[in-house]
Amino acid sequence: MKHAPKPALLADSAVIAKRTRSLAARHRKDIFFRNVCRTVASSSALVLVLLLTAILTQGLGSLNFQFLSGPPDPDPAIAGLWPAMMGSVWLVVLTLVIALPLGVAAAIILEEFQPRRVYLRRIHSFVQLNITNLAGVPSVVFGILGLTVFVSMFGIFGNGQEAGMEVGVTYFDQFYNEGDFILEVPVADQAQPVAEPVEGMTVFSYEGTAMALHLLGDDEEWPADPALAKRSLRTWDAPGRIQENSWWYFRLPFGRGVLAGALTLMLVVLPIIIIASQEALRAVPSSLRQAALGLGATPLQTVRQITLPAAVPGILTGAIIAMSRAIGEAAPLLMIAGIVFITHAPGNMMDDFTAMPLQIFNWAGRPQKEFHDLAASGIIVLLTALLIFNTVAVVLRQKLQKPLS
Amino acid sequence: MTTIPTPLKPAIRLRGFDAWYGDFQALHSIDMDLPENRVTAFIGPSGCGKSTLLRWINRMNDAIPGARSSGQLEINGHDVLGPATDVVELRRRVGIVFQKPNPFPKSIYDNVAFGARLHMKATKAEMDELVEWSLRKAALWDEVKDRLRSSALGLSGGQQQRLCIARAIAVGPQVLLMDEPCSALDPRSTASIEELMVELRESYTIAIVTHNMQQAARVSDFTAYMFLGKVVEFGATLDIFENPDCQETEDYITGRFG
Repeated sequence: MKHAPKPALLADSAVIAKRTRSLAARHRKDIFFRNVCRTVASSSALVLVLLLTAILTQGLGSLNFQFLSGPPDPDPAIAGLWPAMMGSVWLVVLTLVIALPLGVAAAIILEEFQPRRVYLRRIHSFVQLNITNLAGVPSVVFGILGLTVFVSMFGIFGNGQEAGMEVGVTYFDQFYNEGDFILEVPVADQAQPVAEPVEGMTVFSYEGTAMALHLLGDDEEWPADPALAKRSLRTWDAPGRIQENSWWYFRLPFGRGVLAGALTLMLVVLPIIIIASQEALRAVPSSLRQAALGLGATPLQTVRQITLPAAVPGILTGAIIAMSRAIGEAAPLLMIAGIVFITHAPGNMMDDFTAMPLQIFNWAGRPQKEFHDLAASGIIVLLTALLIFNTVAVVLRQKLQKPLS
Repeated sequence: MTTIPTPLKPAIRLRGFDAWYGDFQALHSIDMDLPENRVTAFIGPSGCGKSTLLRWINRMNDAIPGARSSGQLEINGHDVLGPATDVVELRRRVGIVFQKPNPFPKSIYDNVAFGARLHMKATKAEMDELVEWSLRKAALWDEVKDRLRSSALGLSGGQQQRLCIARAIAVGPQVLLMDEPCSALDPRSTASIEELMVELRESYTIAIVTHNMQQAARVSDFTAYMFLGKVVEFGATLDIFENPDCQETEDYITGRFG
């Protein structure tokens, strides 16, 4: 082949002249393509800018301290987002506390403890396939699941509305007397009928001081002494039964509380956390695993001391992305919480709640324009939270990510 | 190929040892005695099974799906392959150094202490003593004694590899396996590791896989030439290099093949 004649495309000047592509045309196409890409890319950015501008102009006006600290109100002038903000905080924190250990554990078993037996490997890949599929399931579906599993617990503990089992709750029979004082009688057994006033029985003031009851008949004069009036009742006074929940109040089934909401959101974010954690673990060079195993580390020691610490930045980034997802979810929460008028921040895990997306949805659905402005203000708060989460994720990744080899 | 009787005490004994990856048989009926306190080199073209053999000695192949073996493999009379063998304890007795230096992203001190801490609860003073001894033994102490707390990733490739050797001997092994320990290093670092191997021979039985004929000739006492999963020739390094029995061995060593 050493002395073979050069091919026509390299040697025959007539052929070369005929076959050569126009350099100018190639450059023109190049520039055209670049401009098309530029236009498409900037139009997507433009949509975002338009959206933000619209929201900001509509919402900034009603974004004030009253809005951030007050409860929702039928009067848009004084309505606020506080309970929804606190509801979202409760939800996101609970969701993360539950989903992170579960997700990381699932990722560790899938990545670091891959079985050698064929049938176990099949189960492994089946689980893996399901997790990948779950990531694509619409969140409404999780809402229905949450309603059955967490809210009513298949009706195992009664009808699903009332608590079948509860701890951290105290019941009182509460009287409201003629002198506008509140008197409370603790209830030992909830099955008993409400307390009837008896002369000398122990009652508690609203502040919690024990007093002996002073019983008055129909025709007796109401005492002038306020100390006595504080512990007086008429014979015909009847109480109402109220319940006081401590911060650790817990009931089964969970009912339409924050915990049921958080567990449902957990289902939504679990695939995100698992996949992110798996990717973080996979990014740890296998040479480090081999080194640890070669020194006689058990698989647990290898994971705990080498692989997991090296994967933490990636796992944290995944967790924050999951938080962003959880804080913006509305559909599954609509099924769990519904649109209820909630004016207080949740006080325990079983408390009724609302969340920012729910409140925004509620306001946006009303006919009055003032409420639409409130919805826009709510969106600003929500977007700010998202922006903060994403910034933290980026910063964490930059700060914690160390070279591994 | 028959077993060469050696007057030395065998530390690692292989009899009819086969190994597979799935359906592919990587090693065929290996019979070999690696003598105690000597360096044995495995040479041969890529894919001949020398790394596979090395990695079976401390069962690093366990993690590979489909990898299995049969036959006899004993270290100082203890069975390696049986179900009764605890691989964690085995790997403590049989250290391994890999081709590419792989220090942990931790301090130099923690790298050396890592393995020891897996197996033992020690006081700070005991650990300090162990770390210093291991680093001295790996001829690294003088270079790093002032920066034990700084990251091991800041060391040069050769230093990292010596750190990996220090890390391996800190857990008290009897055998050291080295899988092409110098192939990622420059000639000067290679020379220092080779020197180290000759010194470590006093205390450990060493098996080394290498692609470098000169290296095998320089550091090893015994050499096994492997081809297509079989040991073609095994004997004293001097004999193998100067007076090989098989034509194939001679061709490989002199560079006419491989």
